[in-house]
Order: sequence, then C-alpha cells, then structure tokens
Amino acid sequence: MSVDVARPRAPITWPLLGIALLLTTNAAFDIAARGWSAPFAPGGFLHVGWHDGAPIGALIDVLNHSGKTLLLALGMTLVVAVRGIDLSVGSIMAVAGAVAATRIEAGSPALVAIGLALACAAALGAWNAVLVVGLGLQPFVATLVLMVAGRGLAQMITDSRIATFHDATLEWIGNGRLVGVPAPFLLAVVAWVGLALLVHKTALRMLLEAVGGNPEAARLAGVRAKTLIAGAYVASGLLAGCAGLIVAANIKGADPFHAGQNAELAAIFAVVVGGTSLAGGRFSLAGAAVGAVFLQTLTTTLYARDVPADVAPLPQALVILLVCMLASPVMRRRFALRRAT
Amino acid sequence: MTTPLLAASRIVVDFPGVRALDGVDFELNAGEVHALMGENGAGKSTLIRVFTGLQRVDSGSLAVAGTPIAPRSPRDAEDFGIRAVHQEIDLVPTLSIAENVTLGREPTRFGFVDRAATRRRAESALARLRVDVDVGRTLGVCTIATQQLVAIARALDATCRVLILDEPTSSLDADETERLFAVLRELRAQGLGIVFITHFLDHVERVADRVTVLRNGARVGTWPARELSRAALVEAMTGRTIAPTAGSAPGGTPRVDDGVSRLSVDRVTRRPAIAPTSFTMRGGDALGLAGLLGSGRTELVRLLFQADAPDSGQVRVDGVVVPPGSVRAAIAAGLALCPEDRKHDGLVLEASVLENLVLALQARRGALRPIPRATQERLAAHWIERLRIKTPSHDTPVGRLSGGNQQKVLLARWLALSPKVLLLDEPTRGIDVGAKAEILELVTMLRKDGLAVVFVSAEIDEVVRVCDRVLVLRDRAVVTQLEGAAVAGPTILGHIAARHGSEADA
Repeated sequence: MSVDVARPRAPITWPLLGIALLLTTNAAFDIAARGWSAPFAPGGFLHVGWHDGAPIGALIDVLNHSGKTLLLALGMTLVVAVRGIDLSVGSIMAVAGAVAATRIEAGSPALVAIGLALACAAALGAWNAVLVVGLGLQPFVATLVLMVAGRGLAQMITDSRIATFHDATLEWIGNGRLVGVPAPFLLAVVAWVGLALLVHKTALRMLLEAVGGNPEAARLAGVRAKTLIAGAYVASGLLAGCAGLIVAANIKGADPFHAGQNAELAAIFAVVVGGTSLAGGRFSLAGAAVGAVFLQTLTTTLYARDVPADVAPLPQALVILLVCMLASPVMRRRFALRRAT
Repeated sequence: MTTPLLAASRIVVDFPGVRALDGVDFELNAGEVHALMGENGAGKSTLIRVFTGLQRVDSGSLAVAGTPIAPRSPRDAEDFGIRAVHQEIDLVPTLSIAENVTLGREPTRFGFVDRAATRRRAESALARLRVDVDVGRTLGVCTIATQQLVAIARALDATCRVLILDEPTSSLDADETERLFAVLRELRAQGLGIVFITHFLDHVERVADRVTVLRNGARVGTWPARELSRAALVEAMTGRTIAPTAGSAPGGTPRVDDGVSRLSVDRVTRRPAIAPTSFTMRGGDALGLAGLLGSGRTELVRLLFQADAPDSGQVRVDGVVVPPGSVRAAIAAGLALCPEDRKHDGLVLEASVLENLVLALQARRGALRPIPRATQERLAAHWIERLRIKTPSHDTPVGRLSGGNQQKVLLARWLALSPKVLLLDEPTRGIDVGAKAEILELVTMLRKDGLAVVFVSAEIDEVVRVCDRVLVLRDRAVVTQLEGAAVAGPTILGHIAARHGSEADA
C-alpha cells in the first residue's frame, strides 16, 4: 500500500451527476416520443400531478421507493466504515415486518407492534455484533448466517404465509404523506439528518473513522473500538427494521419470503456509489443517501422505459459499474493528470 | 574516466507546492556501493522512484552506461537493468522461496510452470548470494533477514546491473546485517552497481565506497566514504552542527522504593512472550530496555501498557494498580505507549495530523463530549510548534509526513494527555538524524517535568545517551540491570551477547 496516496472523503458529485443524467435521459425519451413539452406533461417523467390531494408522478415514485434503500444504506455506511459488512439487513427487514404484522393481527396497538418490531431488529443487529466483536467472526460470514437464518425466523413468525393486516398508523408509514412528501422518504430523511447530526455533533465521526482506518492503532489510543463496531451493527439492524416496516406497511402485509430480498446488495451499491470505500475508514452518509436515490431513479427509469423487471438488473448493473468506474481512484487520477497537463 | 553505470543529471521533480528534487546529479559506477543519505523528506525516495520509473521527471536526464533512458514503469527500468528492493518487502509470504524468486518470470514448459526449473533457478540465485536455505520453504515462516535476501535474489537475474536497496538493514539485527554486507561486497566484486539507502552512519563506513547526501531536494555533495567523518556526514545531512548531548544525567538521589514509585512493576509475565519481570521507577527516571530483536523488549512494554494482558503480576502507577488487560484503564492511570511499528499500531495513516493528534484525548473524553474544533486547532498548533512537526497543514493525512514527523505526531498525541509514564518503543527507528536528536532531547526535557520514561532501542548509543539505568533482555527475560558507570555501550553489548545460561535470570 502506498502511503503517499491519501484517501480523502469522496465527493458526492458522481452520484448527483448520475441522477441528473438519468433525468435528462428520461426527458430526452419523452421529447423524442411526444414533443418538447412532453417531459412535464402528464405521463412525462418530470411531471408532478395531483391526485386525491397528493402529488403523483415518476419523481414522487422515486422518492417513495428510495426510502427503504436509503435507511439500509445509512446503517450499511456505519458498518462499512468500521471495516465490516452487513448481509443480513434484508432478512432483518422480513423479521421486523413479520413481527409487526402478527402483533397487529393479535390485536396489539400499532405503536406496541412497531416498538416490538424495532426492538427485534436491534436485537438481531446485536446478535451480529456478538458474532463479529465477541467471537471474532469475519463480518461477511457472521452476517451471512443471519441472512439465511433470518428468513427462516420470519417464516416461523408468520407460519410461512403472508401475514396481512389493516391498521391506519402502520399503513401510514408505507403509504402516507406529509405536505405531499411520501412518508417512507420523509422517515428516511429524518433518520439521515438525525444520524448525520449525531455523527457530526459528537466525536463519533472521528472515532469511527479511526477504528475503520486502523483498528489496532485506535484501540491502543484508548478508543472503545469494540463498542463502536458493535454499535454500528445494532444501528444497521435498527435501520433495517425501519425499512422492513415500510415495506410491510406498503403492501399491508408481511411477506417473509420476498420482503427485503436482495436489499443488502442495493444498500451496499448505494454505499459504494456514494463514495465510501469497502476498505473502511472515511465514510459519507450524504454519499450513501444520494447513492440510494440514484439507484431508485435508475430503477424507476427502467420501468418507465418498459424494460421488463426480469431484465432490469442487467442495465442497472452496467450503470452502477459506470458510476463506480468514474469515481474510482484510477479514473480520478487520470482526470487529475489531464487537468494538470 | 570511465562512463558511469548509472548517471542522473540535473533531475527536477515538482510536486504541487514543493520542489521534491532540485537539479540533482548522481553517478554510480560499476563495482561500487554508493550510499544515498539524507533526512526524511530530503528526496531520497523520490530519486529512487525516478530511477525505477515510478516518478516522471520535470526536467533532467538519466543514462545507463552512457545510453540515455527514460523509464516509465518499474518494468521499463528492469529492462535497463535497474532493480530495487524496498524497505517493506514486497513478496508473497504464502508462496515458497523458489516461487517468490521467480515470481512474474516463472520458467514454463508446455505452457505450465516448470517446478524443477523454478527450484534450480532459485537455488542458483541464492547460491550467488551465498545463502543456504531450502527453497521449498514457505517464505512467511523465514526470518526477516532471509526474506530480505530472497528479495535481493529475486532482483538479481542475468540482466541486473544496478541494484537499489532502500533501508535494507532497518529490521535486521547485527549478525544479519553483517551477512547482508558480505553479500553486498560479493555483488560489488561481481561488478554490480549498488545504491544503498540507510540511516545508520556506521553502515556507511562499513560497506559504502562513496556517499551522496541530499538535503531539501538538492544534492549537498558526494564524497568517498573513507574521507568523510561521522560529524561531517551528520552536518551535511542536517545542515547544522549537532551539539553532543550532555552525558547521562547524574543519579543524584539514591533509588529507594519509598512507596511512591511512579511506576512499579511486580512479577509481570505473559507466556511465552516474557518471563516474570519486576522493577520500579521514580518520576524523572529514564529506564532503557536493551536487547536484540525478539529478546522480549517490545513484549514487555506492551504488557505494561496492557496492550496484551499479562498472565499474572501487577503494574502500579503512583501506587494505584492498573487493571490487567484494559488499555483504557492503563491510559487513565497515566501510561502512554509509542509502539514499535507506528504505522500499524500507532497512526491512522489516512486521517489528518490533527485527528491523529487529538485521538487519545478525544477517546478519553468519550464520543459524546467532542473537543470543540477551535480547541482541537489550538492544541494541534501548540504541539506542532512545540515539537517542531513539519507538516503542510493540520489537515494533511499523517501518512504523507516523513517518519520523524509521524513519530512526533504520535508523541504529541500522548503528551496532550499529560501522562505520568511514557513507554517509547524504538522511537527513533527509521527516522532521520535531525529528528532523532530532537526526540532524544525531548526525552531529557520530559524527565525534568517528572515523567518516567521507558526507552527501548536497538541502538545502544541512544540508550546510553538517554538512560541512567538499563535492563538488558535476552531470550524473553531480563538478565541484568545496569546502573551508573555500568551504563556503557561495551558493558551492555557484553550482556546482550552473553551465552545462554551463563547468568542467572533476574
């Protein structure tokens, strides 16, 4: 490893540019099909209309659906910052949804059901922390265990069926709006702002980055490295629980088989696209948030362009590859050189 | 006049804001060992990077045996016969010695690696260095010295004419260093040109034919090694006269354990790292730990700091027992450790100077009570000035600083906590002469402030200069304690070199 090359916090320029590029592409398609005013006309990608007193349109869909990935990406960022990875977030989502749905079926008040679901999610995060910090398992393996086991746990909780429910409070989390802003996105932004304040207003950023940058050096400087690492996994579990509630609330049912499937991969992509290196150390919550919105913009774009859902992952992967390449150290150095000469 | 084997003329390399090399000339003859010296940041590494095609020059030229060359990659440089062996050995520890020697140039037969030929080639390369090892052994289990020789063997193939060694002796003990020097003399006799970077003055006297000194990116001069005194060499490197530090502090008061020992160590042990060890120190004491690599000196200071938990025994600071196994408790008790390997165990290289400097202080306050940014800046400014840390800014990643300045950042991190006992493990290793002198002076100053300093160094001269009491370690146990007039190079060396079992363990 060369010591000369310092790794600064990556700018969030690339995912932002990616979003801009996707919006432009969509506008171009609309224009090509239906003329200059098409992007903003009903049916156009940039159109925001009103229906039943709430805004609708592709952009609103993007916000609505990026909420859960954003939540996961925030937790994933913390875990990745301390040199870990959390593959279990999708399964934790399924468990949280299953707990909330079955509690409501059993007649619990919504807030109790939500509280229990989040407590379970945090406990599963703590389980990961015990495996990683207490037993010294590699994060990949430790969280892979829960990724597999968690789905089984969710099925046990719902008796291997989709547990449907009707509860206005819980449903609001998935479908509600506050002054036109979709609740999932709102919750995610609240979590983001809260977490960012916590990290920036305390010394957490410095200490987390020290642990991720050099765990042994941090320990020998008196940093509570184990506590911080454990905290990251618990936070990731808790945020995954929130995402699980959103997904369940959205379809008014907990699907233990499919809720949160592949969600861990989307979260990892969002983190990486946002410029946080999987090697740990320097991290960017803002990058992860923008990365999550970028991924959702991409997905919505593909649906809007009638790309079949089965095929969509391929172009998705290609675009992600492109953004990661543009942001990679090799390319950045090449740009820097060109600018210098 | 013969054409030099390697000639660099008027080499200029600019980095943003700094001129790294300012019109440097350098000549290497065939059959010569040419020492390249200078303080950290003088431009040695940059010059080597130019030779090996890792650094493009802004102006100036290179020639091998009179033919102009412009290597653009290490591969390019290799084609011109230039090979470098770096300080941090870049080999694959899980492969065998033979595989490492031929790595990237494996002999093949019908498209497959020819194992027999691999062995033969490795054996002949190592035989050229007069090294007798089983080339089938896994490299990772060999000593650092053997690994170093394997790295050299790898560099030496038929086309190698210029061999560059970047601080090859920094992790070798005296015997191993002597063995390496024998190899260098042999290669010199075979007509190779060898560029040898080192911080050790005596190594220059022992193997080098000529010395080139760089300072601040410029060449100070080139001299025949024999004609240059140590003092002149140090002056050339630092650009100032280094006043000899006054002899070891007089042990005025009798050293009695009056119950208020600053540091009291009672039969601390950890198997198999270190046998039970006891000693006490008072404020203002400087205790040296002398011994070879692997003698247990590093293991001992790590135990005191609770970086490794002792199996048994007690460490007390000002009479208060340090709970075993907790680094945080050790820090709270007033202990501080500058570890031997500052890059792996000390610094967060990608974090800034400021972050590294306030890390321990912030860790002690806890995450929820952040040190205000303004206070951090003030602290950093204070310590950067006090320890004369050379850094472009507070926000520069600490990994970009030279070794000496990195060490000072680490020291500042602890001094900001006002510790009672400072454990320094090889604080001067791999750093330049000027910074070495400053760190030794600092130790003397800190003692006056009442700190107890435990000083570990492989360089006996330094131990003698800084300490008034020395524990000699051998085979993971303290074998003797020297005090007063006995704290002298020859005495210490005698105890280090004594055979097993010739003395009772202390």
